[in-house]
Amino acid sequence: MSTYRIQGATGEWEVVIGLEVHAQVTSKAKLFSGASTAFGAEPNTQVSLVDAAMPGMLPVPNAECIRQAVRTGMAIEAQINKYSRFDRKNYFYADLPQGYQISQLYHPIVGEGQLLIEADEKAGIPQDKVIGIERIHVEQDAGKLMHDQHPTMSYVDLNRSGVALMEIVSKPDMRSPAEAGAYVRKLRSILRYVGSCDGNMEEGSMRADVNVSVRKPGEEFGTRTETKNVNSVRFVMQVIEYEANRQVDVLENGGSVDQETRLFDPNTGTTRTMRSKEDAHDYRYFPDPDLLPLELEDAFLEECRASLPELPDAKRQRYESELGLTPYNARELTAEVETFGRFETLLAATAAKIGKPEAKVATQVANWALSIAPGVMKSLGDEADPANATAEAQASILAMQDKGEISGGQAKEIYEIVLKTGRDPEEVAETEGLKQVSDTGAIEAAIDEIIANNGDKVAEYRSGKDKLFGFFVGQTMKAMQGKANPAVVNQILKDKLG
Amino acid sequence: MTELTNLGVKDIRDGVASGEFTAREVAEAFNAAVAEAASLNAFIVTTPDHALASADAVDAKRAKGEDLGTMGGVPIGMKDLFATKGVQTTAASHILEGFNPQYESTVSQNLWDAGAGMLGKLNLDQFAMGSSNETSYFGNVSSPWRKAGSNAAMSPGGSSGGSSSAVAARIAPAATGTDTGGSIRQPAAFTGICGIKPTYGRCSRWGVVAFASSLDQAGPMARTVEDCAIMLEAMAGFDPKDATSLKMDVPAWEAGLSADLKGKRIGIPREYRMEGTDEDILKSWEQGKEWLRDAGAEIVDVSLQHTKYALPAYYIVAPAEASSNLARYDGVRYGLRDLPDGAGLQDMYAATRAEGFGDEVKRRILIGTYVLSAGFYDAYYNQAQKVRTLVSRDFAEAFGQCDAILAPTTPTASFPLGSLNDDPLTMYLNDVFAVPASLAGLPAMSVPATVNSDGLPLGLQIVGKPFDEQGVLNAGLAIQQRAGFDAKPEKWW
Repeated sequence: MSTYRIQGATGEWEVVIGLEVHAQVTSKAKLFSGASTAFGAEPNTQVSLVDAAMPGMLPVPNAECIRQAVRTGMAIEAQINKYSRFDRKNYFYADLPQGYQISQLYHPIVGEGQLLIEADEKAGIPQDKVIGIERIHVEQDAGKLMHDQHPTMSYVDLNRSGVALMEIVSKPDMRSPAEAGAYVRKLRSILRYVGSCDGNMEEGSMRADVNVSVRKPGEEFGTRTETKNVNSVRFVMQVIEYEANRQVDVLENGGSVDQETRLFDPNTGTTRTMRSKEDAHDYRYFPDPDLLPLELEDAFLEECRASLPELPDAKRQRYESELGLTPYNARELTAEVETFGRFETLLAATAAKIGKPEAKVATQVANWALSIAPGVMKSLGDEADPANATAEAQASILAMQDKGEISGGQAKEIYEIVLKTGRDPEEVAETEGLKQVSDTGAIEAAIDEIIANNGDKVAEYRSGKDKLFGFFVGQTMKAMQGKANPAVVNQILKDKLG
Repeated sequence: MTELTNLGVKDIRDGVASGEFTAREVAEAFNAAVAEAASLNAFIVTTPDHALASADAVDAKRAKGEDLGTMGGVPIGMKDLFATKGVQTTAASHILEGFNPQYESTVSQNLWDAGAGMLGKLNLDQFAMGSSNETSYFGNVSSPWRKAGSNAAMSPGGSSGGSSSAVAARIAPAATGTDTGGSIRQPAAFTGICGIKPTYGRCSRWGVVAFASSLDQAGPMARTVEDCAIMLEAMAGFDPKDATSLKMDVPAWEAGLSADLKGKRIGIPREYRMEGTDEDILKSWEQGKEWLRDAGAEIVDVSLQHTKYALPAYYIVAPAEASSNLARYDGVRYGLRDLPDGAGLQDMYAATRAEGFGDEVKRRILIGTYVLSAGFYDAYYNQAQKVRTLVSRDFAEAFGQCDAILAPTTPTASFPLGSLNDDPLTMYLNDVFAVPASLAGLPAMSVPATVNSDGLPLGLQIVGKPFDEQGVLNAGLAIQQRAGFDAKPEKWW
């Protein structure tokens, strides 16, 4: 249970949140035409006759977009509807050439599913929580109006017109900005694992309509507002924070919340009315007569399922159970496609180099990958060339450390040099003198001399002052210029001091 | 020498192939006939050069001994609902006046590929909405036919009225039509020619200005069943650019023609015996049964019990789809734009559409918008879709007892232009026999049977099973052979 509450004059209020996330489907061509979907092209250079809604043009579904929607549905453990249908949502706007958007109202391709957000004490999510997903449907994106090209006219860019979107509709299951933020991050992670959306919120590949209402805990849902086109996790959380407080103010001052569509202003962090309920469009949805219903065959569904990668939750559990990683490390490593990708490559390289099973070196690799390596990289700033951060080089360093040839501190020093220069880590360790001495002869000689020069301390130690052991270790390391293998030093000291 | 303009598709094709005359001679003869017939107002634009260029290409092929195509050397009229590359395509509307597509519709391309040429773009009811060809922005089309003893201009039917008028007047040997709720069959019946609407999906809708997508089908209009078979074969075929296109090979309909109906059963739907149907029409229906019996068919009674709900359902479904299909004509990207001083986007929409659409189009957009509105959707649109399912089921059941259905094409013969302008419901009723086959997506054809007491043509309609255009054409051929319809409009234009 979320403990997030708005403190009002009349007591505590609970926030109820549902999200409609629009995710651009990763595909080369648009949903119903062959035009390209690449981002950033010159205006109106990626527009087919269909996208411009020329007379007599007809939509033909792009199988890849359908496949990506089905795979996404499978990734959230949702019901896949073998029968679905496209409907027209009718309204006039200059960025909507057909005068309708082809969407799926009555029979969406994906039905109910769910998504797990993990406990994150610091963020205010005390325990794991399952967020219900109502549906995913596929629809066309609109074009874009440009108001800054001419003093009195607006221009239209149709490059986005007809690009495939998945609308992923959650149930009103979230109760705090933190939960909503975690939901969007998790959803984004899953989409990127599956490869059905690049999740790039800055380029508009993912945006959310945020539905917010407030109520006294335990009471019925209140009237909600919908804030459109919010394009970052931080903004989603800001919208909720602002809307919830605004609604509480309205209600506590004797007013009522209007069911309306609102817009978010990122500059002020506030929302304002875009369209009231009275002005709401009547979209006159009806089945698109240009398109036959989509009927998915079992072989197609099997292919979709077989093509799914290991998903974040499964991977995280495997990291804990098979690799023995801490829950924190497992979660951090599996959050993003890039992170686990780098980790798994490094893990495989390190295990091979050392000649041990992955599970035996996983914790060492995880600590390296999550904190040590990024720390070194960060401390170097521009001096580091990321291209030098190869799995091979890092595995080599980790292997030397595993064998006791170098200390943790030396590992960092070596990695610094490698990042700056691209030199071979073993060669660096050798020529820069960054190796531990495990030669018992040299260490013994140093220890013998220390014992000889510190007779009083030796006597005190032998009479029971165990704390002095640290003194001998320190003296030995100093004599060895810090390069002695601490395990070997400990062992010899214990033998000699008795 | 034969009067070339009296020839149909088959005779022209065969005559060009055998060297009896050249394709250029044919094109020149029809170009001249078209130029003479301006008073029919059958064409919105004429394209004599297109006809000549196609003809010359065919003649050149013949000189080289190459295949001339199944329509080689035949110049045709193209209903101005088909997009033709570089040639104005208007759907007879002001809103698309001056619109020159950068693309060619699949059907017209198929015809050019088969060796046909284009005489011009034929007038029609605006956006194919109408049953009399009085809703065109470019003026009414006159039928070449007149009532005996009258000079009143008669309706050529609609919406393919330019097509029917041109073919009946012999200023084109054949023309394309489109049929949403009778727009090929009714004008064919009004003008004494043949016209077939194939099974929904046979002809690609790509590049055809949409009226009601789930009903629109292109088809040929010509003076004989054989000519229709030849031309339909050229027009039809699977098109990956139309998601509703039938993924089936096109049968060899011309080669498969046979008027021998032995072993075939022809159904007579009892619900088509409606009040308000002309006596002459009922008589010709009886005559039609005799002809088919004579061709070897057995005549059986069938029931299509939801017939009376078909027309109301059609006038919900078709306007609903139209209201959405016509939303793209908004003045933003092409066609007419009316931008009053200081106008915003909404003002531009309103001004452009008020100016660009005719009254009948506006009426149907309003009806369609209404039946899809929140609160009315279930009562109208959904209910109409249920009726549509029941109408289809009626046919499926009837086809358990018969191979094809014989019915009148229309309840009346042609009427004078202007006589039904204030009575849209009577106008809509003209399609009462045509609409059920449209709702069910079935192949249906009108074949001329006789003339009535006013000397006006009457048609008989054959409705077939899905994909059985051959059965429809064969029954049509049996009627054609026995009807011996040879009445011609007297030239007054």
